[in-house]
Amino acid sequence: MSLFSKENREAFLSPLWMNNPVTMQVLGICSALAVTVKLEPALVMGLSVTIIVAVANLVVSLLRNTIPNRIRIIVQLVVVAALVTIVSEVLKAFAYDVSVQLSVYVGLIITNCILMGRLEAFAMANGPWSSFLDGLGNGFGYAVILVVVAFVRELFSAGTLLGFKIIPECVYEFGYMNNGLMLMPPMALILLGCIIWFQRAKNPELND
Amino acid sequence: MNTNSNTYTIVYASVMVVIVAFLLAFVSSSLKDKQNENVELDKKKQILSALNVDIKGADVAQLYSEIVKQEPLLSADGSIKAEEGAFAIDSKVENAKPLAERNLPLFICQVEGATKYVLPVYGAGLWGPIWGYVALNDDKSTIFGVYFSHAGETPGLGAEITSVPFKSQFPGKQIAKEGEFTSVAIVKPGNAEEGRDYVNGISGGTITSQGVDAMLNDGLGQYVNFLKQ
Repeated sequence: MSLFSKENREAFLSPLWMNNPVTMQVLGICSALAVTVKLEPALVMGLSVTIIVAVANLVVSLLRNTIPNRIRIIVQLVVVAALVTIVSEVLKAFAYDVSVQLSVYVGLIITNCILMGRLEAFAMANGPWSSFLDGLGNGFGYAVILVVVAFVRELFSAGTLLGFKIIPECVYEFGYMNNGLMLMPPMALILLGCIIWFQRAKNPELND
Repeated sequence: MNTNSNTYTIVYASVMVVIVAFLLAFVSSSLKDKQNENVELDKKKQILSALNVDIKGADVAQLYSEIVKQEPLLSADGSIKAEEGAFAIDSKVENAKPLAERNLPLFICQVEGATKYVLPVYGAGLWGPIWGYVALNDDKSTIFGVYFSHAGETPGLGAEITSVPFKSQFPGKQIAKEGEFTSVAIVKPGNAEEGRDYVNGISGGTITSQGVDAMLNDGLGQYVNFLKQ
């Protein structure tokens, strides 16, 4: 099987949009609500999850024929937890400021349903390379949604992007105000709903 | 091999746990020094930013040693307990002790030729601890600058205590009136406070604002005997 066969490309590309883990499989919603107030933490979070899900998929796929069936969830959990701990330690050592910003959310990657979902549904049944691609695809799919939601939330709640002022001061003088509702988790849910609405309106075949 | 037998399962789990334990222990111990360095550097940054020192791109460790002249420990009666050691004090541990037994850290600094005192404060916000550093002029009453941080306050609401608009209200405020310690009150925006200096709290971050108010009152209040000297 070639490295970029149709199946492998499919494993990588389909989670980016048509089979997006957040909008189609409705996984990882909790963290999508929590870390999307500002763009920077959302980017780092998306990147961390991508690395972890890709490597975890790879490791579990390599081990898949040796894992005893009865404790397979525990084995997957240990792999994920070990990777999350390593990422969190590395962030603390080399990107201290970002790790302070993300605080508990890095540790909470363990509870991200995308990870266990992909390990159980894909890595346990497929080879290492396509599992790795599947992990990358799902991680990026998750990151894309996070970044879109965080983009809208930061822009309208603070008038900034990545901390830089975007909405000029003169607009405020005309009575424009930052939208405090954007800071609240329910707004992230509404935005997610809008993305899902848009996605399904564009692709009627996705509707049940 | 039968991967479903009990023996296999138990051996598999044991081996896996041992491997992961060694891996994590190795990662943790090899990154430990780097992390501690970051934590120390971060504390120095916090103290410097309370002194309104621009730390962008500067060598923080060197800047700190130039500005902070002495780090004594005080006791609650205002006398000096130890000449050194303020930097290593963990405010959380000290706050758990009765006031008379506490080691109160003090940072005596020189900024542009003037003496400044930096006092650490530690308290509770809505979701977790909040802490900060308050820099006083040599009259021991006028606030020169403040730094606040938090562990997990709500972004955009309580977490705004770390923002420049909030912190910039403090410089120039007096924590003592006619020789009596009054602290600085945090009030609802638009309200006033009789007989004390006050700043506006965070709209939507009421509990955190009250936490800052209590933190300043208790934290600076510990030093009341030193401040009167």
